Amino acid sequence: MESPISSTTPEPIIQFRDATYSVKGRPAPLVSHISFSVNSAQTLVLLGRSGSGKTTLLRLINRMLLPTDGQVLVEGKSTSKWDPIGLRRHIGYVIQDAGLFPHFTVAENVGLVPGLEKWEPARIAARSAELLTLVGLEPREFSVRRPAQLSGGQRQRVGVARALGADPSILLMDEPFGALDPVTRAELQREFSALSRRLGKTIVFVTHDLREALLLASRIVLLENGRIVADAAPQEFLRIEHPEVQAFAASLQSAPGVSS
Amino acid sequence: MTPWTFFVSHRAEILDATLDHVALVLIAMFIAIAVGVPLGMLIVQRPALRTIALGVASVFQTIPSLALFGFLIPIPFIGGIGRRTAIVALVLYALLPILRNTYVGLTSIEPAILEAAEAMGMTNTQILTRVRLPLALGIILAGIRTATVITIGVATIAAAIGAGGLGTFIFRGVAMVSDAVILAGAVPAALLAILADLLLALVERRLRIL
Repeated sequence: MESPISSTTPEPIIQFRDATYSVKGRPAPLVSHISFSVNSAQTLVLLGRSGSGKTTLLRLINRMLLPTDGQVLVEGKSTSKWDPIGLRRHIGYVIQDAGLFPHFTVAENVGLVPGLEKWEPARIAARSAELLTLVGLEPREFSVRRPAQLSGGQRQRVGVARALGADPSILLMDEPFGALDPVTRAELQREFSALSRRLGKTIVFVTHDLREALLLASRIVLLENGRIVADAAPQEFLRIEHPEVQAFAASLQSAPGVSS
Repeated sequence: MTPWTFFVSHRAEILDATLDHVALVLIAMFIAIAVGVPLGMLIVQRPALRTIALGVASVFQTIPSLALFGFLIPIPFIGGIGRRTAIVALVLYALLPILRNTYVGLTSIEPAILEAAEAMGMTNTQILTRVRLPLALGIILAGIRTATVITIGVATIAAAIGAGGLGTFIFRGVAMVSDAVILAGAVPAALLAILADLLLALVERRLRIL
């Protein structure tokens, strides 16, 4: 059940124990018999085609969904025992379209979770300035802007800053750079790779881009039709002789310089 | 008698009727908003109630206004001759645009925004008051604007059941076969509708986000 790769096995932060999620009226479960764990400060990349169940796994972690069978544990506690609101405020979440609130300024977006957690306004302002600087946006220039006044890359930076708002120990990212142009995407991937090492957060990152997975992951889990078909460190991943791994590897070679 | 001379000689009476008309519309709109907006919020969560509420509101809208006033007269408590009955009918008319726009406004929000709100750990109440409602405000207000213009027009017919207002002149003018008298009711009613439309358009533009 445990991943054979991890040599040192500290207490896992996130753990899937034979988790299955199925929807009534659909013959096949969206994900089935999923078992893996994520250790502290690890970046686990969930790789797979569209519809392979990656996003479902993310939503099982912050209790946007509950497993219909098996268990998902966050910090040793089953998500079914967590209060969903408390759990979600404890976990940062970044999505593809950023999902920024258009009627909030950048600072209000970033300060959202601290505000929900009833921080002092001065502390929220300081925190949001700190986070904007962290993601490479000058606070004085960007704090008062609205999302509509930002470029796609800037919006995604704000999305990352917002997810880090209340300093969560876990970060879930659902194809955060998927909608960006290739140049901006490469830029953000590089910066985020450095940032994630500095922050020491436990990150679960969803993508369908093998190049991105190889760049960011400390471990890659490959999904096919709702099942795990490969689980390896990036250095070893390409050597796995599974047809789906090879299909992804082929995508890497056939499109040099283009990642999508 | 030209319309103008009639207007000048009856200006006090016309002003009174205009004020009655405005009062009728304001009371009806106030009730329609107080019922329509919360009901619209409620039916977002309740699909069964949604079908019924939108269906019933649509049915009222299809009944010709004169007939609706007529139907209400024999009904106890809300019926009878006079303003109360007229207000009930006007509320029923104004309800659909407000209800429908509230529902559409609250449900046509970009899914990514709602997903983010949920994932950030906002409660359902917080999502409603801090995300859905502010983002839906423009559309809700557009519904209120439509309803107000409709109500100003329909309120002229309320004179048929003795509710007063500018319709008094119109019905009197029809009976007297006098264009001048009809116009003394119709022109101020039209001006009121245009004025209300412009005012609410202004508020709407102020509230729109970017």
